[in-house]
Amino acid sequence: MSASLATVSYIGATILFILSLGGLSNPESSRRGNLYGIIGMAIAVLATVFGPRVTLGGIPWIIMAMAIGGSIGLYAARKVQMTQMPELVALMHSLVGLAACLVGFASYIDSSVEFTGAEKSIHEVEIYLGILIGAVTFSGSIIAFGKLSGKIGGKPLLLPGRHWLNLAGLLVVIWVGGSFINAETVAGGAFPLLVMTVISLAFGVHMVMAIGGADMPVVVSMLNSYSGWAAAATGFMLSNDLLIVTGALVGSSGAILSYIMCRAMNRNFISVIAGGFGTGGGTVVASADGQPAGEVTAISSQETAELLKDSKSVIIVPGYGMAVAQAQHTVYEITKHLREKGVTVRFGIHPVAGRMPGHMNVLLAEAKVPYDIVMEMDEINDDFPSTDVTMVIGANDIVNPAAQEDPNSPIAGMPVLEVWKAKTSIVMKRSMASGYAGVDNPLFYKDNNRMLFGDAKKMLDEVLAALRA
Amino acid sequence: MSSIIGIPKETYANEKRVATVPDVVEKLIKLGFGVLVESGAGALANFADDAYVAAGAKIAASAAELWNSSNIVFKVRAPDMDEVALIKEGTTLVSFIWPAQNPELMQALAARKVTVLAMDSVPRQLSRAQKMDALSSMANIAGYRAVIEAAHHFGRFFTGQITAAGKVPPAKVFVIGAGVAGLAALGTAVGLGAIVRANDTRPEVGDQVKSMGAEFVPVDYQEEGTGVGGYAKVMSEGFQKAQLETFAKQAKDVDIIITTALIPGKPAPKLITTEMVQSMRPGSVIVDMAAEQGGNCELTVPGEVVERHGVTIVGYTDLPSRLSKQSSTLYATNLLRLTEELCKTKDGIIDVNFDDDAIRGLTVIKDGGITWPPPPPKLAAAPAQAKPAAAPVAAKKSGHGHGDSGPMPAKTLAIVFGVGALAFWFVGAHAPAAFLGHFTVFVLACFVGYMVVWNVTPALHTPLMSVTNAISSIIAIGALVQIAPPLEAGMVRPGGWIGILAVFGIILTAINMFGGFAVTRRMLAMFRK
Repeated sequence: MSASLATVSYIGATILFILSLGGLSNPESSRRGNLYGIIGMAIAVLATVFGPRVTLGGIPWIIMAMAIGGSIGLYAARKVQMTQMPELVALMHSLVGLAACLVGFASYIDSSVEFTGAEKSIHEVEIYLGILIGAVTFSGSIIAFGKLSGKIGGKPLLLPGRHWLNLAGLLVVIWVGGSFINAETVAGGAFPLLVMTVISLAFGVHMVMAIGGADMPVVVSMLNSYSGWAAAATGFMLSNDLLIVTGALVGSSGAILSYIMCRAMNRNFISVIAGGFGTGGGTVVASADGQPAGEVTAISSQETAELLKDSKSVIIVPGYGMAVAQAQHTVYEITKHLREKGVTVRFGIHPVAGRMPGHMNVLLAEAKVPYDIVMEMDEINDDFPSTDVTMVIGANDIVNPAAQEDPNSPIAGMPVLEVWKAKTSIVMKRSMASGYAGVDNPLFYKDNNRMLFGDAKKMLDEVLAALRA
Repeated sequence: MSSIIGIPKETYANEKRVATVPDVVEKLIKLGFGVLVESGAGALANFADDAYVAAGAKIAASAAELWNSSNIVFKVRAPDMDEVALIKEGTTLVSFIWPAQNPELMQALAARKVTVLAMDSVPRQLSRAQKMDALSSMANIAGYRAVIEAAHHFGRFFTGQITAAGKVPPAKVFVIGAGVAGLAALGTAVGLGAIVRANDTRPEVGDQVKSMGAEFVPVDYQEEGTGVGGYAKVMSEGFQKAQLETFAKQAKDVDIIITTALIPGKPAPKLITTEMVQSMRPGSVIVDMAAEQGGNCELTVPGEVVERHGVTIVGYTDLPSRLSKQSSTLYATNLLRLTEELCKTKDGIIDVNFDDDAIRGLTVIKDGGITWPPPPPKLAAAPAQAKPAAAPVAAKKSGHGHGDSGPMPAKTLAIVFGVGALAFWFVGAHAPAAFLGHFTVFVLACFVGYMVVWNVTPALHTPLMSVTNAISSIIAIGALVQIAPPLEAGMVRPGGWIGILAVFGIILTAINMFGGFAVTRRMLAMFRK
């Protein structure tokens, strides 16, 4: 295959990737979108393998590596549970980051490509940046994976003077970068490169360790963005436009998701990255304001079932607690039962419900809940006053009225689902503990609110049994 | 020692209401209070003494005995001077007072060294205080009763009918003022089948009017009529002129007019002139719910039903009292909610806590000192500050969940463009031509990505992440080209190391590539209607 033909194939692959992202604009076209992505990827890989840059000797190696990697990937994709999607996605980001590092190193020690003058400097800056972004993505994603899967505690780790540590790391990286670019030989540049890699890895670990559980959706989408920029940097390094375009697409997609998540929490992107939300600081603010006064009214699963039976319209607001308890299937059974009885049941999804963007939608889809009754926050918020019962399952901060009512609250101004405007709201929770933000929730003390304490799955099973009785 | 709540018989002429009902007596006793009811207090509201006794109350034979043995007195109407004379020092009196209209009464009460909670002064803008807002519950009843009175005096059906004896047109009702009373009135009239229109100086109540099934008739004049505390304010002369023209037009067309326009602390505005009454069809009815404050109609006689120019004008000032059982029950519940707020410990001892905005607002005399008018509630300002913070966020999210609406402010835009131009100049000045080609592609791709991704529905954000993740394994190409590139003659290449790194890189990206697409496929297959 000639070089021109390979380039044309790359353009085709690029178009297919764009169509693939475009297809996700609604669930109908999304399956086709994924197919476009697969075709695009196949074209790109085949065009490269049979293109001018790969000789016959490499093909056995490529087939072997592809077979190993591909089977691991397919196995993981089949085995993973939908509640574990955030972990899987974080782990996959780390792979992209590591691959970017490896390609960067390989490119650096490859002496067959010679540059001179400004081009050499630019090439080396590209390598340097590519490895830097790759390393941060890799170590950051590994920590995010650890946090999401519960292997590392969700509490943010705050080293003293952490901003200064980061700044010092950045200065060292810049200084080492200078000596890297000026290095005459490959061996001479290797040491600065390794120093920078170690600092980048440490920076990635430190950055994600400092971020609290509530901000996980932002972190996951941010790492998604980084993995794209890593690919784009690799593209510059290898002068490959396909890599640049794809990297830029993924990078901007992740950046937009991070922005949407930040806005959904009314938080500044910088302050999320700076970390420390949902820590001692937040709790102190809350307790200084005084606990919301009033009594909590508990309710039994039997009474919950009665309430649901007598209502005309119900809105269910799921949160991360539903994912933890694996309760989505029971939720669907209840939904189905109520819908057969003529009750209008809908779902209200907050953008940051769960641990990654769209987490709740995927779980509900897995439980066969039709997507046309699953609403976004803005679509459904006006309907709460005309709703008889809202059920909040394992969510807390996203239904906290303090965000609207208390200007001193740490979450003031965050858009929330206005569940308290319904005639009755039922909050399912294991205990009275506060959410990730560490803020007490005045919703629990409202006159029209009832608390159903216990494990979400067990309680919902009881509600379902009572409904069927 | 727990307090005794006393319920005297109302002394005002034709007042049929009573300040508590047997159901509420039980709940007051549960809060730790003793309840003493004057014999016959509930008779006109159909609550016999026996019913109170059955609920746990004691009966006092006379008013003097009742006032003497109670620490707390619940009343409906403000006390007259005879009653003031009976109050013993230290008593807490809860009733309607209207402190602005009754300065002498306030002085007399203060002189008796008592604490007075005025049910007409509940700070209505506090959502927490709404459960004790007796004005709203009474206004609701009055609005209902106004329509019933109108129907009584009106010679026709409300609803339109086609009968064997001919066609009956529906009655047309015009309600002025869509507050609590106005909304209750138009709801009742709609329920009876009439064609109902309503007007209010506050344009934002238009939706409420429509939600009740009535038509909103705006005044064709631009001015905002929302005052403080949920009342309307006095409008400009130009507006008033336009308003009267609107009303004159309606008067010629409708059969029944119900007026509810009140401005706090001022006589009711005259909205229905003599000419308008003359222009109405004979047999029409006007119910003037503002009669107590002088009336909205020039011809209203407060407290009476009169006929002028063939139009019946109902000026009753005791509409809630004419539905005494209902209004007593609701008023008693308002008082119960207030008592719960006053007695959070449930031990039968009340605490008039001035740190509580709601309690502070309705306490007009404390221990003989006049505390009216109250300072503006602290919270009223706070939500106003919080709202703008939340509002732009909500407003931004129009269209497809998160489409950007409204351009950036010019200043921000200028800064963004400035920084961008500087960055581009820097790149252009230093970078070689080969790099610029790639740079062009990169910048354009960022924009394409930006445009495409904004269209992704939030429900598919997780698949979006997994598919972009799969696509970013395009980095495999970087590893592929390093495994075995064609070498020019004489080139030396540390192939061993590069080979290991590249193979490892391919394995990693292949995991991602296959895994990412497969898991996305699995997820998307689950989304169904």
